[in-house]
Amino acid sequence: MSDAAVSVNALSLAAADTREHLSPNQQAWRGFRRNRPAIVSSALLGVLVLLVVLWPLWRTSTLSDLVPRALTFSPTELTDEPFSAPNPTHWLGTDANGRDILSRMFYGARISLVVGLVGAGVSLVIGVLWGAVAGYVGGRVDNVMMRIVDILYCLPSIIFVVLLMALVENQFRAWLSGTFSPQLGGLARMLLLFIGLGAVSWLTMARIVRGQVLSLRTRQFVHASRSLGAGTARILRRHILPNVYGIIIVYVTLTIPSIILYESFLSFLGLGIRPPQASLGWLISEGALQINPIRIYWWMILYPAGLLGLTLLALNFVGDGLRDAWDPRTKE
Amino acid sequence: MYFLRRLLFLVPLALIISFLAFAFVRLMPGGPFDRERAAPSPEVRKAMEAKYLLDKPLLVQYWHYLEGLLKGDLGPSMKYRNHTVNDIVLQGLPISLTLGLSAFLFALGVGIPLGFFTAVYKGRWPDYTGSFVALLFFCVPALVIGPVLIMFFAIKLGWFPVALWGSPLHVILPTVTLGIYFSGRIARLMREGMMTTLNAEFVTTARAKGLNETAVLLKHAFRLGVLPVVSYSGPLLADLLTGSFVVESIFQIPGIGVFLVNSLFSRDHTMTVGLVLLYAVLLLVLNLIVDLVYTIIDPRIRYE
Amino acid sequence: MIFSRNALWSSRRAFRFCLILLVSLAAGCTRYARRADLVIVNGPEPESLDPAIITGQADGRIALTLFEGLTRYNPTDATPLPGLAERWDISPDGRTYTFYIRTKAVWSTGEPITAHDFVYSWRRVLDPLTGADYAGQLYYVKGAEDYNTGKHKDPGQIGVSAVNDKTLRVELVDPTPFFLDLCAFQTLAPVPRNVIEKHGDRWLMAKPLPVTGAYTLVSWRINDRVRLQKNPLYWDAANTHCEVVDLIPCTVATTALNLYETGQADIVWDKELVPVELLDKLQKRPDFHTYNYLGSYFYRYNLNRKPFDDVRVRKAMALAVDKKRLVEKITRAGEQVASHLVPPGVANYKSPEGLGYDPDLARKLLKEAGYEGGKGFPRVDYMFNSVKTHEKIAVELQEMWARELGIQIELRNLEWKVFLQAQSRLEFGLSRSSWIGDYNDPNTFLDMFMSNNGNNRTGWKNQRYDELIRQANSKFDPNEREKTLQKAEILLVREEVPIVPLFFYVGQELYDTARFSGIYPNIRAEHPIRTIRVHKQPLEQTSLTGKLAANDHAR
Repeated sequence: MSDAAVSVNALSLAAADTREHLSPNQQAWRGFRRNRPAIVSSALLGVLVLLVVLWPLWRTSTLSDLVPRALTFSPTELTDEPFSAPNPTHWLGTDANGRDILSRMFYGARISLVVGLVGAGVSLVIGVLWGAVAGYVGGRVDNVMMRIVDILYCLPSIIFVVLLMALVENQFRAWLSGTFSPQLGGLARMLLLFIGLGAVSWLTMARIVRGQVLSLRTRQFVHASRSLGAGTARILRRHILPNVYGIIIVYVTLTIPSIILYESFLSFLGLGIRPPQASLGWLISEGALQINPIRIYWWMILYPAGLLGLTLLALNFVGDGLRDAWDPRTKE
Repeated sequence: MYFLRRLLFLVPLALIISFLAFAFVRLMPGGPFDRERAAPSPEVRKAMEAKYLLDKPLLVQYWHYLEGLLKGDLGPSMKYRNHTVNDIVLQGLPISLTLGLSAFLFALGVGIPLGFFTAVYKGRWPDYTGSFVALLFFCVPALVIGPVLIMFFAIKLGWFPVALWGSPLHVILPTVTLGIYFSGRIARLMREGMMTTLNAEFVTTARAKGLNETAVLLKHAFRLGVLPVVSYSGPLLADLLTGSFVVESIFQIPGIGVFLVNSLFSRDHTMTVGLVLLYAVLLLVLNLIVDLVYTIIDPRIRYE
Repeated sequence: MIFSRNALWSSRRAFRFCLILLVSLAAGCTRYARRADLVIVNGPEPESLDPAIITGQADGRIALTLFEGLTRYNPTDATPLPGLAERWDISPDGRTYTFYIRTKAVWSTGEPITAHDFVYSWRRVLDPLTGADYAGQLYYVKGAEDYNTGKHKDPGQIGVSAVNDKTLRVELVDPTPFFLDLCAFQTLAPVPRNVIEKHGDRWLMAKPLPVTGAYTLVSWRINDRVRLQKNPLYWDAANTHCEVVDLIPCTVATTALNLYETGQADIVWDKELVPVELLDKLQKRPDFHTYNYLGSYFYRYNLNRKPFDDVRVRKAMALAVDKKRLVEKITRAGEQVASHLVPPGVANYKSPEGLGYDPDLARKLLKEAGYEGGKGFPRVDYMFNSVKTHEKIAVELQEMWARELGIQIELRNLEWKVFLQAQSRLEFGLSRSSWIGDYNDPNTFLDMFMSNNGNNRTGWKNQRYDELIRQANSKFDPNEREKTLQKAEILLVREEVPIVPLFFYVGQELYDTARFSGIYPNIRAEHPIRTIRVHKQPLEQTSLTGKLAANDHAR
């Protein structure tokens, strides 16, 4: 049994609903491992993560002698060869400032993944808390909380992002630079982007979790636990959350790609991350300008778009695989 | 009765939303009259702010706005100073509606069959290819698809105009660009819905009764399998009908999609609030309709 | 059976209903039965077409076509020619102008255009309630500034009056050598009083809309197009060539190029609408035109912030910028590098040289200022608005300062309105800037750095500079005026350096001279639509342009 399955096993002990000798979570993992596209995608994502994590290491350390020169360019280093096509020096060509596309893709993928993960994480925390409380407490509280969600649904999310960037960014940067270090101040835009993207995508999560909790709340094992004197927090932690765990994972995997896509839209509007940093979305929004009837710098759009497409595809396959594995309705 | 109550509830909801939007846009730094060339006299700026009530407290401004709203007047645009928000919405909305509706139909027309067949052929090659295509649709941003379609179909082949609006031919490329992402999404929802129903008892019963497979699929499974798509249609339509920034700017289409984003950037406050209100009311009404349709398709569902 | 048939049937009906609705809507949107004789991609959607209140260049091009003033631009070099005024007298001290309005000049609705129309229109511009950002264009007129700034409330004190129906007298504060140039500018054009008083802000939608220019407004659909039609009552209608003209708003360069390449547009005349990446290819084409333009690109220091209060730091950073690299690698349209602020080719003026590229001297100056090798240099930001070109330039600058001086600059991209607010409130270290001249004279560039000018935005206040500009503008002799202005500019770009010019914009336009004549490159990028002529049969290029140019001069 793999490590992942073991760690999940520990969690699944909490689940009260054990019909067979395998817990639902164990069954799910078994199902997931049978899903070939999902496994391939996981491997692909693993490689990608490994690459973008290791990339700065081999680029800057002594290891840089061991890898080809083409892999060690700096994503922010300007050269005198703007728009050069892929060649032995720059494997994937260069952009308008003469920067190496391959290194910018490593860099962009890194940021896009982080944005997606952290954004999804933020939405997860807010969404689960909100949904669980609303669903569990019920009654008037539930009503008010869900009306708030309804209202927020009606406000286009771009308003929040523009508001956040315009209103808070300056102060936030000043605060970061002052309290911590100037370097951190430079990351203000990115941190805000995390918060902003997470904050606009928690609504669906809250609805899903609330729905699940609402149906779990009336189940017998919860009643039993409550009559044994368990408090609200304990019931939520021990009985409710472990049972919505599956659907949460599934939803998170599907949120990551949509956040990455949304960030590319923000980059198109100039609200994305701050140059010279770059995300895949930023690279694409610049590459899209290159598609015109006179000449196409195809490498500037094809590679970043390809990598983004591949990443999103893999994330979706993994998400699907997880869902198929967890959702009892789709089992044969 | 339930629906009537929800319809009534719509009014306070719209009011809250308009107030939130009203307050949010005024929180933003920079105002509609911050310009690259400073007005030479502070009096000019003061006069402009007085004209659009920007020098008044928020609640007074909102009160005046509500008075206009009661008469169906969304106020004057602060950027396009010869136009009111009503003028701009009335000009752009029919265009965004046309484009949105055709993209919606495109998304349904491609997504539903795709989802249906991948579910029916689950685990076999049509499923893999179909699901892959659906996912692919789902993963390429409009930012890329739009220019690629223009290059190929409008410039290389010359079948369609490259941009602008004015004839049915102008509608096609933007429709595909806008609809393709959602067709992928709908295909996935449809597949999911179908898989659920295909395992349901009544389908098994129907099969056992000796009905032929096509009849089972079309008559019984499809009707419930399409439910997730139906519930997704509400928010989707609201999104599509109010226009898309990316598609409208790539194809230079005079809809209202670009105005939401642009009005935020140019601090055209009245325009932003008007468009948010429009979107919100559309979303609420469409969700209501979706729930109504639900009860028609699946009579087991009752709201109280 | 629980599941009735009619649900499926009704969904089918709904689908059919949608289809019918869609087809009818699509059919309904075939609005423009006829392609215009001339289709021009004009730039951003006009915020207004009211000549008094517009500021945008794209807006101005349309407004000037509709509303002509006392003078009008010569299509070849944008100098002022007689417009609605057929001639004028200038008093010996250069402070009083008397304009004689053509007897032939009538509104497009038939009423005669009178001097009273001008008095009304100029007073309207100066009335603070009109909200005219360009009211400053009339400050050269006596009493105008005080009225606009609320120092007096009596429009009668403004130095513009109607001697009789066809004679207009204007009194100026100083002899203003560019006043005739200003008279061609849209802010000074006459507008129809009765229509404005009747319709208020929406007066441009009035039917019929009385105009004074070569074209009337047929329709104005936001973000779609402005359609113009030849005004038969225009005094020079005999020389208006195209019958129907469409102006298409567009802000995406690729879209503009697509329209042009597929023949859906004939002219692209906004420099923002030419994709930078393609310039090397485009420059080899005969239908691509670049030329000197009245615009400068520079950056501002914020002198209220350390270390920019130290002139050595300002000079050091200026000297470390390799401007040639910026124009060759980034802008790439043949821009000239700038050491001074006023663009070359401006009327009555030649700029003094400013600071060049000298990294060694830069390092020396920085050392003197106490920041050798960038040590101890405070962390400062370079602020720009979110536009790709600005971003690329910012990236280059950041790299140059890091490489040559060891200074770390943080890039800060802001959306437009936040950028403007931060700039006017001096909330930045360095700020990207640019300026397009409002009239063909160095003063439009130099007076903005006077201490109290709202466009100064550097925190730089210099009494000597203010004095020089004031002196220059009260001088009647053009040579003396030029010399004084040069002294001021030396102070600005060589000695004090509150700003660093980087390069001069060039006009970039796409049109095929074999098919379109009557359009000429000039420093204002001013191309009156009335002189543009379409040739169905492509003609010999050289001889034709020459002939037409001669014609225009003769007129």
